[in-house]
Amino acid sequence: MAEGARPVVEVTPTVGGLDFESWVCPAPLREIPSIVMGHGGGGAMSGELVEHLFLPAYGSAAARELGDSAVLPFGGGRLAFSTDSYVVKPMFFPGGSIGDLAVNGTVNDLAMSGAKPLFLSTAFILQEGTELGELGRVAEAIGAAARAAGVQLVTGDTKVVERASGDGVYVNTSGIGVVPDGVDIGPRRARPGDAVIVSGDIGVHGVAVMSCREGLEFGTTVESDTAPLHGLVAAMIATGARLRALRDPTRGGVAASLNEIARASSVGIDLVERELPIPQTVRDACSLLGLDPLQVANEGKLLAIVPAESADEVLAAVRAHPMGRSARRIGTCVAEHSGMVVARTALGGTRVVGLPIGEQLPRIC
Amino acid sequence: MKYLDEFSDPELAGKLLDQIHAATTRPWAMMEVCGGQTHSIIRHGIDQLLPDGIELIHGPGCPVCVTPLEIIDRALAIAARPGVIFCSFGDMLRVPGSSQDLFAVKSAGGDVRVVYSPLDALNLARQNPDREVVFFGIGFETTAPANAMTVHQAKRLGVPNFSLLVSHVLVPPAIAAIMESATCRVQAFLAAGHVCSVMGTAEYPSLAAKYQVPIVVTGFEPLDILEGIRRTVLQLEAGRHEVENAYPRAVRDEGNIPAMAMLRDVFEVTDRTWRGIGTIPRSGWRLSGKYREFDAEERFEVTGIHTAESALCRSGEVLQGLIKPHECAAFGKECTPRNPLGATMVSSEGACAAYYTYRRLELVDAK
Repeated sequence: MAEGARPVVEVTPTVGGLDFESWVCPAPLREIPSIVMGHGGGGAMSGELVEHLFLPAYGSAAARELGDSAVLPFGGGRLAFSTDSYVVKPMFFPGGSIGDLAVNGTVNDLAMSGAKPLFLSTAFILQEGTELGELGRVAEAIGAAARAAGVQLVTGDTKVVERASGDGVYVNTSGIGVVPDGVDIGPRRARPGDAVIVSGDIGVHGVAVMSCREGLEFGTTVESDTAPLHGLVAAMIATGARLRALRDPTRGGVAASLNEIARASSVGIDLVERELPIPQTVRDACSLLGLDPLQVANEGKLLAIVPAESADEVLAAVRAHPMGRSARRIGTCVAEHSGMVVARTALGGTRVVGLPIGEQLPRIC
Repeated sequence: MKYLDEFSDPELAGKLLDQIHAATTRPWAMMEVCGGQTHSIIRHGIDQLLPDGIELIHGPGCPVCVTPLEIIDRALAIAARPGVIFCSFGDMLRVPGSSQDLFAVKSAGGDVRVVYSPLDALNLARQNPDREVVFFGIGFETTAPANAMTVHQAKRLGVPNFSLLVSHVLVPPAIAAIMESATCRVQAFLAAGHVCSVMGTAEYPSLAAKYQVPIVVTGFEPLDILEGIRRTVLQLEAGRHEVENAYPRAVRDEGNIPAMAMLRDVFEVTDRTWRGIGTIPRSGWRLSGKYREFDAEERFEVTGIHTAESALCRSGEVLQGLIKPHECAAFGKECTPRNPLGATMVSSEGACAAYYTYRRLELVDAK
């Protein structure tokens, strides 16, 4: 490799007067008087909605942070509690359906705090005119996924909205799990020197869904990776390593999850692009559409931040589990460029891996 | 597409970089015309690996970035009308008009849809005969053939409720306009490979001769770009100014003859305003008289909408290569991808967005 790659400069997100927080302003949600699709994209706009609208409105009734799941003290132990809504279109896609996502998504949000998921609720919002056969297939998928994950469906609700007010089937699931003693996992716990591990191929779910989206149908062998991950997390915990942070990189992909960890922990994260496990089919689809695989959703993968001395042992445990056969160490937490994720490119340059803003938009050409 | 990996091979890239370093004896400034190339250069860190004396000036070849504000405002006005289905490629939805973007129109109840081909919009028109379906046809010579084919099909099939909002622009007149500028520093061009795959290279020898600049047709993968730069440096160092094709797997000198015939039938050359640059004579296409009935601007009577740019935004100078994105006072402050003042900060192919997204580490030093 020719020399010439410049050294990385240490910065904080607002050094030099540059607003690299991508706009934090005292006037909430300026410029946009109503909800746009980007507010649900899992990127910067979603975060702003929470920070500038929900949290001020909730005031003292809200916990300090509204994460994917909350760990709550209860009866001498700790419960994990999480809720998530599912509005995926189309409802059925290669490798799964909205029913699989509704169970596995909430199970995984609980698992990322180290919890063993136990109970789920299911709440449906149905559009008038939805075929019962379709709803039945979703319900069967929910039942099968819950049995596979070993969780019980214990309560629920059903509402119907007029034909023009919805779009098929929306599902909300909330879940409760128990956090084992001694487990202390959270996005603020990453430290410089820690290893960054991903449990397998990235971008698969997003590409599977896009491949059958109206107007975009393209032939692919990619199937969604939707799967429950609490067994994999239990195997990691069983190594005795002190896991720092876990995230399942769903909306916004690996980029969003690692940016959130970097900011919450005030560390930088260095990625090695060549180590990223991106299947050729995902590369090709993203190349065609002008999307970044790091920003594409996953539904059966996790990111783990672990102390360097435990990295090999944890990686071996992940690879020994059926859900982690192609796990890789993809990077390191560093003291430099706090709050930012930087990738070393295959050619030897560097680039910042940013938080997606809103919806990923396919490019024109 | 597995072969694409071969065009990112680090070992081969290293060899090309060594040759570029060995060949470079003095500073040179070259412009990559296409926004796709800008994105690739910044995304892969290619500019960081070149000799210090090689300056890449980022050209005006991002179709999103150069679409004029008044066309965006006309699109917003059409999209907001009841009974209209407004179809666009995805990355036009976030481009700011003078007061909002297409996402905001959609949020307010407008039927705005992302499509992946103009033919999808034509199908929508046939499926919804009681609605007016408009496709936002922007871009360079690369996207124009599909738009031309769609309008041709609309006429052939008799689909009266389909129309095209056209803002096509052409590369060769832009190269000429850049070279005619009193402040021009460009000594060579990496020509846009995909444009040439449609139009061929016939228009470039006269430009190379008139302005004494090498023009090297270049692709988009890392090795394509490095090979384009290598050949450009060799020409500059030898004092040559020729047209070379460094992208032969996609570009033939004669271009895509059936596509060009379709373009001549459906479009006619017109003056075009380029966002941030101004009007360049005979630098765009509009629908020819034979197809004028499908012109959305006339159908919806929005030709009277004229709007002004933000006074803070210096995207015009960025698009002409006069300043780097971070040399604009608004960069990273009033203007971010989250809240863009100009289109160069919106599109992932815009130079400002590419710098903001991938180059924040170094730019702090530069401020």
